[in-house]
Parts: sequence; structure tokens; C-alpha cells
Amino acid sequence: MRLTRFKASTVAVLVAAGLSACGNAGSDESSGPDVAVSSNAADSFEDGTRMKELAESGTITIGVKKDQPGIGFQGAADDIPVGFDIEIGKMLAASLGIKPEDVEWKETISDNREPFLESGEVDLVIASYSITDERRQVVGQAGPYYVTGQQLLVPTDSDIDSVDDVKGMDICSVTGSTSLEQIEAKGAKPRGFETYSDCVDQVLNGTVDAMTTDGAILMGYAAEHPDDLKVVVKPFSEERYGVGYSKKYPEMCQWIQDTIKAAEDDGSWAKAFEATLGKSGVDTPEPPAMDDCQS
Amino acid sequence: MNLVFEHFDLYLRAFGWTVLLFLASAVASLVIGTILSAMRVGPVLILRWVAAVYVAVVRNTPLVLWFLLIAQGLPMVDITFRDVEKLHIDSYYFRACLALTLYTSTFVGEAIRSGINSVGLGQAEAARAIGLTFLGTMRNVVLPQAFRASVPPLASVMIALLKNTSVAYVFGVYEATTRMKYFSNITARDEGVFILFALGYVVLVELVSLAAGTLERRWKVARA
Repeated sequence: MRLTRFKASTVAVLVAAGLSACGNAGSDESSGPDVAVSSNAADSFEDGTRMKELAESGTITIGVKKDQPGIGFQGAADDIPVGFDIEIGKMLAASLGIKPEDVEWKETISDNREPFLESGEVDLVIASYSITDERRQVVGQAGPYYVTGQQLLVPTDSDIDSVDDVKGMDICSVTGSTSLEQIEAKGAKPRGFETYSDCVDQVLNGTVDAMTTDGAILMGYAAEHPDDLKVVVKPFSEERYGVGYSKKYPEMCQWIQDTIKAAEDDGSWAKAFEATLGKSGVDTPEPPAMDDCQS
Repeated sequence: MNLVFEHFDLYLRAFGWTVLLFLASAVASLVIGTILSAMRVGPVLILRWVAAVYVAVVRNTPLVLWFLLIAQGLPMVDITFRDVEKLHIDSYYFRACLALTLYTSTFVGEAIRSGINSVGLGQAEAARAIGLTFLGTMRNVVLPQAFRASVPPLASVMIALLKNTSVAYVFGVYEATTRMKYFSNITARDEGVFILFALGYVVLVELVSLAAGTLERRWKVARA
């Protein structure tokens, strides 16, 4: 995201006069519920599994989003990112006996999630990563650990209240994202931008009529600008967030599913939700049913 | 890769936007570039200065910065150019063309200035001697010869412009690179998609080179 920072500064320099600084999303969120880190975790995994290797090495690299409030977000002052995806990552790391501060949180953007997994640049991807058949041909995806759907983020005074209203309107999202295609199919003019934050700015300054992507992401932005933005329309797609892992280590699937299932059963999944996405005021949903791990 | 062939209309429409971005920006920057070059060689000191400063500032900054300023910076101060939609022009397309023109016209200006410098001083002196004004000298004597000499550097500028249109992909224009991202997102990982879109650009650039080559040959005969 070097470019984003570069962009922010260039725009700031060029239109500095008379511009109030963009609302910096310095996060005041707590670091989420505490996760019990299991000690001597390495013993609980069989020799030769990737989990054992990671537990013994004492560190894990997890690819996350850093520009999605509520899901994965890192403000300038944050040591580690915060969000629901991060909480899931902490749970998985804890089951390997790895403390959150020993996890390397690496930023992944939508484009590099598969390459990062394949090259071993990251061990896991937990980055609002929808499970799709095409992706499952390339990488492993365990889960889903959360289900959301595509919605619209609009200015509070907007009249849009059904997805049919978007015909002919300018709707932005991230270039190349599935959301952008789906809104195009609804008859809107798709406007691709580099990041969700760029897109939110376009909504705030009225250049586009709405922004669209998974409701979970939009809720985070609405919570940041409660007076200016709101999330509308019934979800018109189903996005099932999964944890990405490399196909080289198929044994990771069952471990990921079991760890998340345990967190769902003992209430820590719900606590993680309330501390992150739940802050925008939505009720904590029932955890979704997991897919079977294909061998 | 098969996905691209199944949705070939999307592929063609995306390159259609690329061509539209290119054509409008090419025409506009040729016009503005010519004016800039005339200002730089002209007799009015203040115009020489203005043109020199404009070229120095704009040519020395990255294109993406001008896109950022026009597509994301100006809307923050309520300059969105949405009025052009009354003329049935897409405002995102308009902003992208504006950024591309702003940037490319400086290169065009310098390419034409190099052509002007190649026209012998005697030509301008003779034109003045028969009573032509500065504008008359430029229009009837200097620029026609300068354009001829500028064709090869102008072709390079135009080729760069054609490829620079891809910067618009994160600024709301659904051109070829945006569509490539769309296909590569769906296919998760497919080098074929990349190759097909790269080929599209190669074909378009080749068309520009061919056009430039034809002009060069035709005008060379006229000079001989």
C-alpha cells in the first residue's frame, strides 16, 4: 500500500489549502477479547504436519486486509491490525501456541491472495476472502467462518432503498472485485477504484451515488461516519468468508475448521464479533455451517 | 482464458473505452501541445514563460498524480465536472481525458518544438521578409515543416499516451485494464487473461505505429 500513502500525501500537498485533513481512522477499538494461548501446543499435532512445523517455529504469517474497518484495519498508531478477521487469526495462532504479537500480519490485497499462498509468502489468508469454486482450484479455503452479502453504502440523505434503484447510477467499488461486476449486472455504472477508502471518499464528496461491497465491510465504514453514511438494501449476494491455506498442506483444513468450531461453541466467536463488526450496531448472527474439508 | 473468449464483447467494449480515451486525449493534446510549442518560440516573453513553467511542472510529475488531483483531489473541493453529463459525456471519462491531456500535451509541445528547431532559421526570416506576421509565419511556413520532422517523436508520445490510458483503471473508467482485473479476479489465477489483454494493447500500439509510419513516408516524399 505504498501507493496509497503516496496518494494521500500527494493529494494533501496539492489541495492542501482549505482542506480539512481526511478523517484519519485512528482506531480506538480495544484489541478484542483475550484469546487463551495454548502452551506446548506443538505436542498436540502429529509429526510432519504443517501445524507442527508452525507451532515449533513459534511464528506464523497471516495475510490480512488493513484497510477494512471492522474486518481488518490498521491505523497509523496501531501495532497490530484490528478486526474480526484478525480475531479469527488470533484464535488459529493461539491453538498453535503463538501469541498475537508473534504473528506476522502481512497486508494482502485482493489480487495477491492466491500468489502469496502459493509462494508461501503467507501461511494463511484471512482477508474477507470469499469462498468460490475458482479459487478452490488454486488454493485451499476452509470455513466459512462468516457469511455476509453485498449491500450499498450511501449518504444518509440518499433515496436508494432497493437495489433496483441503482440503474444508471454511479456506484463505486474496488477495481476487479466481484461486487463491481454484480452491480454492473444490476444496471449501474461501475466505477472501480484502488482501495475501499478511495471509494468511501468518492461517496462522501458526492462524486458517486453509492459504494458497494460486502455488507460487513460497509458496516465498518458506516460506523466510522455515522452522521454521513448508512448501509442500505437487502443483501443481494452471499459471500462466505473462508480461511485460505496452501494446497501443499491439505491437513490444515481440518485444523482450521476444528479451531473455529471450538471458538463458535465456547462463545469466543461471538465475543470476537461483538468487539469488531458488532460495534456498528448489528446483532451477532449465528455462526454459519462449515463446508466439509475435501481431501 | 476461455472466459475471455466467452465474454469477448466485454473485452472489445473495454478496449473501446481505451481507444476513446486515447482518441480524445490525443486530439486535445496535439492541439494544446502545438499552442504550447508556439508559445515557447514566440515573441511574447510572458507567454514563453508561462509555457516553459507549465512544461517544467507537468512534464516532471508522474501521470498518476494528475489523475489523483483531478479525480480525487478536486472533488473534495466540490469540483467534480459532473456538468459534462448534461452533454452526455461520462464525467469519469472526461476527468481521465483531462488528466491525460494535461500531461501528454507537454510531451507533444516539446516534440513539436524539436521539429521547429529543425526548420532552418532562414525559413522564418524569409517569411518575415515577405511580410508575414508571427502567426502567419508559424501557420504557413514553420509548423508544416516542423510537424513533418516531429512525426517520429510524436509517434512515441502517442504510443505512451495509449498505454498511459491504463492508469484510468483505478479512477472509475471501465477500460481494458479494469476488465483484465475483472477476469483475473474471477479466474483466480490465469496467465492467459494477462496475455490476451497485453495482446490487445500490442495490436493498438501497432496501429498507431503503422499510421505514424505512413505519415512519415507520405510527408517525406513531399519534402524531397
